[in-house]
Amino acid sequence: MRDTIKILSVVLLLVALLLVVPRSGSFVVLLATRAMCFAILAMSVDLLLGFTGLPSLGQAAYFGVGAYLTAILATRYHIGLGWDFWLVVAAGMLVGAALAALFGLFALRATGVYFLMITLALGQCVWGLAYRWNSLTGGDNGINVGSRPNFGLDLTDETTLFFLVFGFFATSLAALYVLARSPFGRSLEGIRERELRMQILGYNTWLHKYLAFVIAGAFGGLSGVLWAHINGHVSPETVVLTTSVDALLMVVLGGAGTLVGGAIGAGIVFALREYLSTLVPWWQYVLGGVYVLTILYLPTGLMGIPAQIRQFRVADGKGGRSGKVKPLASAPS
Amino acid sequence: MTEMKRVMQRTGPLLGGTLAAALSLGPSATAGAEELRIGFIAPTTGIFAQIGKDMVDGFQLYLDQHGNKLGGAEVKFIVEDEQGKPDTAVTKAKKLILQDKVHMFIGGLLASSGYAMAPVSTAEKTLYIASVPAADDLTQRQLSKYPYFIRTTWSSSQPHHPLGQWACDQGYKKVAAIAADYAFGYEVLGGFQKAFEDCGGKIIQKIWPPLGTKDFGPYIPTIKSDADAIFTLMVGPMSLQFPKQLRAAGIKKPIIGGGTSYDEFVLPFMGDEVIGDVSALMYSAALETPKNEAFVKTYRAKYGKVPSYYSEANYTTAQMIDEAIKQSGGKYPGAEQFIKTMLALKIDAVRGPVSFDDMRNPIENIYIKKVEKKKMFGYDKPELWNTVIKTYPNVSQFWTYGKEKFLAQPVYSRDFPPCKYCE
Repeated sequence: MRDTIKILSVVLLLVALLLVVPRSGSFVVLLATRAMCFAILAMSVDLLLGFTGLPSLGQAAYFGVGAYLTAILATRYHIGLGWDFWLVVAAGMLVGAALAALFGLFALRATGVYFLMITLALGQCVWGLAYRWNSLTGGDNGINVGSRPNFGLDLTDETTLFFLVFGFFATSLAALYVLARSPFGRSLEGIRERELRMQILGYNTWLHKYLAFVIAGAFGGLSGVLWAHINGHVSPETVVLTTSVDALLMVVLGGAGTLVGGAIGAGIVFALREYLSTLVPWWQYVLGGVYVLTILYLPTGLMGIPAQIRQFRVADGKGGRSGKVKPLASAPS
Repeated sequence: MTEMKRVMQRTGPLLGGTLAAALSLGPSATAGAEELRIGFIAPTTGIFAQIGKDMVDGFQLYLDQHGNKLGGAEVKFIVEDEQGKPDTAVTKAKKLILQDKVHMFIGGLLASSGYAMAPVSTAEKTLYIASVPAADDLTQRQLSKYPYFIRTTWSSSQPHHPLGQWACDQGYKKVAAIAADYAFGYEVLGGFQKAFEDCGGKIIQKIWPPLGTKDFGPYIPTIKSDADAIFTLMVGPMSLQFPKQLRAAGIKKPIIGGGTSYDEFVLPFMGDEVIGDVSALMYSAALETPKNEAFVKTYRAKYGKVPSYYSEANYTTAQMIDEAIKQSGGKYPGAEQFIKTMLALKIDAVRGPVSFDDMRNPIENIYIKKVEKKKMFGYDKPELWNTVIKTYPNVSQFWTYGKEKFLAQPVYSRDFPPCKYCE
């Protein structure tokens, strides 16, 4: 019942997004498109951070290979500008997954801070390649993707692109949600809570983590493919560490282990960084302030507010339940 | 689960509020026909914020001096922060076009920002004036993709062809080069090498430290001792660090620098060890013309620092727009016509006379400059200035090679021109 209400409210929110944004001026459409693309990336980070307990700082790598693949195929071979756009989407996810499959072999040897460090290093390897492999990536100048795909739907139109990216976003959200609710997802949460116990229960925890890592890589690749067409230009700056950090912060801001939290985080970061910055020069203080306040007062992110309220009530003696607030990751179940 | 719902309800209005704000801030573009809306994209936050400030200040100074009018049209000047990131530059360019309905957008700092914004101008059919991005190919092999694009300051290799010639004329035979490892570095060194070797010189070594290198300790000992001079191309903090470490290591060879190794953006922070170092650009703050003296004095009085080429570039860009709008009868004539008008201009700019070639890149004087410590323009303290020691007049991006011949070769890269004399 609770799950039904939750799903319904998310669906309502998505429908509202679909109805309101296209009527809100082209710049809002543009920003929403970009935010949704990053939301996919943030959700892929959430699968690792929130559900599996692996703080990855290298997610930009898969984002990057997806984007560079799209750009290189489009500019050199003219692939992906018609119906074969869908092939490129599949290829982008595959390449992201393949790279994650490779990196996972190294990264999953560690946990916690060490995992963070290794993923950071591996992510920077991809950045280094993008920066130095001039003949393929155009080096520091990057690659201009040129025209956007047209397969009956002309993606040159920002609103059409918005609907397409919305479709990918909603599908990814649904897919990741189903995944997280599946026995596989449950076992990931088990690993997050207590890996040793899962091992004793007979789970191959390494394989579970590895699969989660690869799936996250595939969604990272997907968001990269979309980004190449949204932005029209791919440069090492797209793949740099700050993209990974942004994705991680979006998840932390929205609330890890909730999927929707990452999307909300993406929305807020884009609203502040790209929209507020057009209005006031001190937008960075707002963004920084939001981060600091979230970490200090909402360690479970914005999606943790309900649990916080519940705790507040308990403290007041009005609530019916006792006990501490659990980390939000386990709260909504 | 009512709490969850409440959050949803709460975020709803928040979103709605943002959207409402977006709507109300939409174009109020119904103002009089003589309004000229100019979008200006510069990094006003992040590591390049100071350069961004120089860019904005340069343009703003011209507007202030002319009553906020260009060519008789009242200017609505909208500055957007690109944060030093090409992706953000694209967002902001589109914001300016879609929401503010600007007639043109100007600026960008890095070559990658220029490359990222040029297609936006094509897609939206809006004029983009690259006042700073210098990537060669924007006005060379890729120009045909960007019909609504024009550049007002320089291409990377433009000042460095004459510098190569000059170095050759000084009798240097062998030069070791150390340059920042990215596209701008390749193009600057490429231009120098091409002209220097065509004249008979030899580049005997190329060292590529990564962009942002803070310690040149590992590189300096590898510089070949039989080199007559050292060519450097440094950017930002690298510019400050390299000469200091080189001289501290006891190497006294003359230094020839690419433009950004010694421009006025870094010069005031340098020590006396750079005195005598030579570099080339299309502007020097120490240019002894009445026009430049007035510019330096006004700029310095207003912003408390000597103008850098970033300031002059955007000041002059404003002057060019002023002239072009004036010739169009005080109205913006549309991108295509405006570019035509711009290309026909002969501007008496702070940096000297400027006109355009048919590839939409300026033809201008290139100054070979030597760092000297002296008093200038009546300032009472001796300071470091880039004294002009030789002027190459009316230099185009193709130097003396001619357009066809020049464009037939590939763009300068780490491996082109090949290092024939490296061992």
